[in-house]
Amino acid sequence: MTSALGSAPTGRDSRRARPIPTRAHRFRWARAAGTGWLYVLPALVMYAVFVLRPLALTLQYSLYNWNGIGVARWVGLENYLTVFTDSDLLKIIGNAIVLIVFFSFIPVALGLLVASMVRRITTGAFGTVVRTILFLPQVIPLVAAGIAWSWLLSSNGLINQVLRALGLGVVARAWLGDFDTALPAVGVIGAWVLLGLCTILLVTGMSKIDPALYEAARLDGAGPVREFLAVTLPSLRQEIGVCLTVTIIAALASFDIVYISTSGGPGLQTTVPGLEIYRLAFSQRQVGLASALAVVLMLLVLACVLPIQRLSRGEKP
Amino acid sequence: MLLASLLAVGLTATACSAPGEDRSSTQKSDAAVKTELGTDPITLEMYAETGFPLAKALADEFSKQHSNVKFNIREDQFTVIVENAPRVMASDNSPDIIRLPTMADLVKDDLLKNLDPYFTAYGWDKFPASQLMQLRVGENTRGSGSLYGMGLGYSVTGVFYNKKLAAQIGMTQPPATVAEFEDLLAKAKTGGVQPIMQFNKNTAGINFPHQALQNQFGDPTQVADWIFQKPGATFDTPAALKATQTIQKWAQAGYFPKDANALDYAGMVGEFQKGNGLFMFNGDWESANLDKAMPGNVGFFLFPTESPGGKHVAMSAPNTFGVSAKAKNPDAAAYFLNWVHTNAKAREISVTVGGSSPGGPSDLPVPSAAPNTVLAETLKASQQLGAENGAVDFTANATGGIFAAAITPEMQKLIAGQQTPEGYVKAVQAEYQKELSR
Repeated sequence: MTSALGSAPTGRDSRRARPIPTRAHRFRWARAAGTGWLYVLPALVMYAVFVLRPLALTLQYSLYNWNGIGVARWVGLENYLTVFTDSDLLKIIGNAIVLIVFFSFIPVALGLLVASMVRRITTGAFGTVVRTILFLPQVIPLVAAGIAWSWLLSSNGLINQVLRALGLGVVARAWLGDFDTALPAVGVIGAWVLLGLCTILLVTGMSKIDPALYEAARLDGAGPVREFLAVTLPSLRQEIGVCLTVTIIAALASFDIVYISTSGGPGLQTTVPGLEIYRLAFSQRQVGLASALAVVLMLLVLACVLPIQRLSRGEKP
Repeated sequence: MLLASLLAVGLTATACSAPGEDRSSTQKSDAAVKTELGTDPITLEMYAETGFPLAKALADEFSKQHSNVKFNIREDQFTVIVENAPRVMASDNSPDIIRLPTMADLVKDDLLKNLDPYFTAYGWDKFPASQLMQLRVGENTRGSGSLYGMGLGYSVTGVFYNKKLAAQIGMTQPPATVAEFEDLLAKAKTGGVQPIMQFNKNTAGINFPHQALQNQFGDPTQVADWIFQKPGATFDTPAALKATQTIQKWAQAGYFPKDANALDYAGMVGEFQKGNGLFMFNGDWESANLDKAMPGNVGFFLFPTESPGGKHVAMSAPNTFGVSAKAKNPDAAAYFLNWVHTNAKAREISVTVGGSSPGGPSDLPVPSAAPNTVLAETLKASQQLGAENGAVDFTANATGGIFAAAITPEMQKLIAGQQTPEGYVKAVQAEYQKELSR
């Protein structure tokens, strides 16, 4: 038996006050911890094989010039240099950043507005209907959403028909095929898809706010706007953080909607990194450059998302 | 912390060797080949293009004639095959017969079987040499060298037209020159008819009319040399520039659909079938479909020459299939490819199902298509092109990435007025050089 640490009392009582790490205890703890690890092991193996290993391989490939089949040639950081100097690739990264406005800020802002309006009707059958309708875009596969919106936005699609009926025929155009409108049009599809998710998350967050806070605000003479700014918004900090995180990742890693609706065109107007990585790796067989772009995209996602995570948890950035 | 350390372990584990394998030692000797099918049961693995029913129809007929041979057919869209082919062929489950994307890369990586021994054994030298030229790959160039594929049908492209709309604008016969063709475009435009229905989304369909013009404005050998990667060949030629200027002029005149950049292939065919367009640049693979959808109302002509009585030149390519270097039944696969070209029933299927000329030895008759069909017209055009020796491969096939990386985005910019004709030919050539230098 080893002696107790510091001034901790010894003997029978001390054990009750503070466990002394005996060999038996240590063994038991180690066994408990070992058992814990055993529980985690299957997941850990899967994580290592399907997440960490590909990640490591991507890092490795990014340092080579490789067509995916033949022998690779070591090029060091040359692929990264290309990513940061090739004007086309920079434009493609820029497109993803523009999409953040549509995929992220618009759904969160609109989501707050819609959630404030519907939060009082979240219960009962009507509430369920409202929530279902709002959440519907989230359930529809992105590919289906992309196809449906391609029809709506085509030159003879519903949107242009409505515009023509309203006498706004001059505005009508092939929204997804026009150099000026293609990227915003893709953004609108993304905003539509993500609005439901944000609204539902925010409505759920609002339902957890203590009604007493609103009562207090009202007693202090706050109107609906002041009430929203002073009570609702600060209370939703975490939910807004989750919304921003999910939607920013969706914007930066977007693929399906773009692939279906425009295939990255016209020109490179709507090409995003996700699409370009796929094209570089599989069509153009530049696995090294594709991997370097993938690593840069991952870092970009982390750079955007980590500060939001810290801010929304209430820690100082 | 855990993530970082695991990542470090992963990196060390993977950083030991460069990715990829040296396959040059894996190629087997091609010396002994059999031209007998035998009676042992064989299952041929085939990787074919979906929406292209010819391969399946031929396989079924082959199994009917040779009961010991079964086919296991996997189908994908052509673009998916382009992306998958190298990895599928490098795997242990490589198919025996595969629809090929651009071949040069596959040959370089030793993934395709050299068919020269079969060429000799089956006497394919009786085929017109030009028929198999596009399927030859030599040292760093296509168009000559060893044979690496055969065609399941040999396609020809040209211009389909809507007969009713043609009559409406006073077109009584196919145009004989490019100038006449342009007159018809102008007449259609003023007559309120969409002159050309052409797609330009995801893959540049306007490259069809572009190359049709390019073939006429200069020496088509120049175009072929560029596609076959002959040293010193360039896209930046007066012919290509003039073709690009013409395309831009047509775009500005509204001869292409306003939303061409948002229109895909299926959309184009659908619109043409609805009667929304006088002309459509396309290939004979669509003939059978058009005969069904708008019977009696479609005509076809080879793109006219620049001056009257000139030689026709058209994009024409075999629907290429090759034998994988890792094929388990290469002899049976080659037997099938030979049968496709020489068996009477197979040749008939090539015409009726594939809509294309069956190729093969010049002395074998070409099965006829039903009269008054566009299929009969495309078949006639194919024979005319063969007689004039005017087949040229597609510029889109020059390198693995040229279509996706340069031609498509730059063509989209060109017709939207975001790129100049000079800029277009330079951009395509720059991407070509970039890919060849890799």
